[in-house]
Amino acid sequence: MNMYLIGALVFWLAAWALNVWLSNLKPTRLTKLLVPVIFGITLLVIWEWVVRGLEVKAVLLPPPSMIGAAFVNNIPTLWADFVQTFIKGALSGYFIGCGAAFITAIAIDRSPFLQKGLLPVGNFVAALPIIGMAPILVMWFGFGWQSKAAVVVIMVFFPMLVNTVQGMQAQTAMQRDLMRTYAASYPQKLLKLRLPAAAPFIFNGLKISTTLALIGAIVAEFFGSPTVGMGFRISTEVGRLALDMVWAEIVVAAIAGSAFYGVVALLEKATTFWHPSQRGQD
Amino acid sequence: MKRMWAKFGPVVTVVIAIFALWYVMAVVMNANWAYDKAERADVDLGFNELVVDTWSQKKPRLPAPHQVAVELWNTTVMKSITSKRSLVFHAWITLSSTLLGFAMGTVLGILLAVGIVHNKAMNLSVMPWVIASQTIPILAIAPMIIVVLNAVGISGLVPKAVISMYLSFFPVVVGMVKGLRAPDAMQMDQMRTWNASKWTTFWALRWPSSVPYLFPSLKIGVAAALVGAIVAELPTGAVRGLGARLLAGSYYGQTIQIWSALLMAAALAAGLVMIIGQIEKVTLRKMGQSQEARR
Repeated sequence: MNMYLIGALVFWLAAWALNVWLSNLKPTRLTKLLVPVIFGITLLVIWEWVVRGLEVKAVLLPPPSMIGAAFVNNIPTLWADFVQTFIKGALSGYFIGCGAAFITAIAIDRSPFLQKGLLPVGNFVAALPIIGMAPILVMWFGFGWQSKAAVVVIMVFFPMLVNTVQGMQAQTAMQRDLMRTYAASYPQKLLKLRLPAAAPFIFNGLKISTTLALIGAIVAEFFGSPTVGMGFRISTEVGRLALDMVWAEIVVAAIAGSAFYGVVALLEKATTFWHPSQRGQD
Repeated sequence: MKRMWAKFGPVVTVVIAIFALWYVMAVVMNANWAYDKAERADVDLGFNELVVDTWSQKKPRLPAPHQVAVELWNTTVMKSITSKRSLVFHAWITLSSTLLGFAMGTVLGILLAVGIVHNKAMNLSVMPWVIASQTIPILAIAPMIIVVLNAVGISGLVPKAVISMYLSFFPVVVGMVKGLRAPDAMQMDQMRTWNASKWTTFWALRWPSSVPYLFPSLKIGVAAALVGAIVAELPTGAVRGLGARLLAGSYYGQTIQIWSALLMAAALAAGLVMIIGQIEKVTLRKMGQSQEARR
């Protein structure tokens, strides 16, 4: 046993005790925030000290400090990769895919026949390993960001479609009757009842799609890409065993993914504040 | 008959429409190459010849469904299972790591969920991270895990299974935590009235009421595990497995091979989800809570 390992063990026990104490207090906003943060910091510290203590080689698992250094030193590269993969690939694909799915859902809304047919097919396709389409799309659209956007479009389309179609059916008979009593026209019904009622489902689809979009854009780059992009960087740096750079790229992916999800979740909170699933949260 | 139509008619129509669209797209996408060839051979290409040509090219941009079907038939039924050119062989490689990873992920997920439900500190500290981790593109780590485990001397099935485990584990945790918390205050009070131990409460109340939540998570998990196994086969240039078939196909422009591997993967995913669905049906019926009753 050396100092680092003992230090890691002591730190872990201390942090654990602190967390147990904190979580037995009256739950407030502060403890709710503090406990997971302490847990995260503990993981990082244990990682750092165990890697140092056991002298794990950097090609296997670099310590967090080294990853941080790689992150800071390579910000221009990371930024270029981020723009290529996230802004050009994932975001454009996300908007096209979700938009297309939304329009399709509204288009088939008036036909129960199409709904009955498309829902099972959509559910089936949503469970398939669509990511496998990536090599085909790279072949069709070339190595640039267009093929990545295409992969993202296909990946997000079906989850979004299924969620929106389900949401459009989410009104009660009472609400529909009320609309009929008002002699509401189809556009009125759509705007005043069906879309608002569908909003929680639509946002659920949008939230699922954020993760899928990033995954699609990154994995599609494994099948061919220009010499920039997060997926490209990960696969080449892994080949050179420069794992600190790979981890830095993963940090970027994690931040981008969480931020993307967070923005959509905030939008949801702002637009569906009236829904029971949003009320009752502090 | 009428009831059959009401149930399957729309789905069949949509599927037929998809195939029709597929054939049309095959003509459109392969037309350029067909015209090119015709020009070089100095023949006039009528519409009929164009269609025939676009549906029978060797390396089409989009193979027609029957070409893929023929390839599937040739690589599954016509080849012996042990042959490296047999798709069944590759599918088995992928399936075995999927199943191993799925099993590990499920066990780990359930254990973690039990811990989260029973330990306040663990709930507060781990749960936010489990949720946050779902927003992170975990699949991006796949190549690294493969290479690192290879460097430690672990290769073959296990690294792929680890990635499958990682992907299938989160849906299980989230579903199980919800399920284990499903008993309402009344039921928990009843247990307390009977002075039931934590252990009894778990086996007699929490566990059974979590089962309806477990199966939908398992369905998501197994689909994710398959995706994980396929992606895990990409980075090291693996020579076996469906992912390797995809990669090799994209290197050599063998579109028909890519599509057949893709359809095989789709069939695997559908099969796995269906098996779990059947187990779910039987289990829930035996437990006296059919799916209809829950709705």
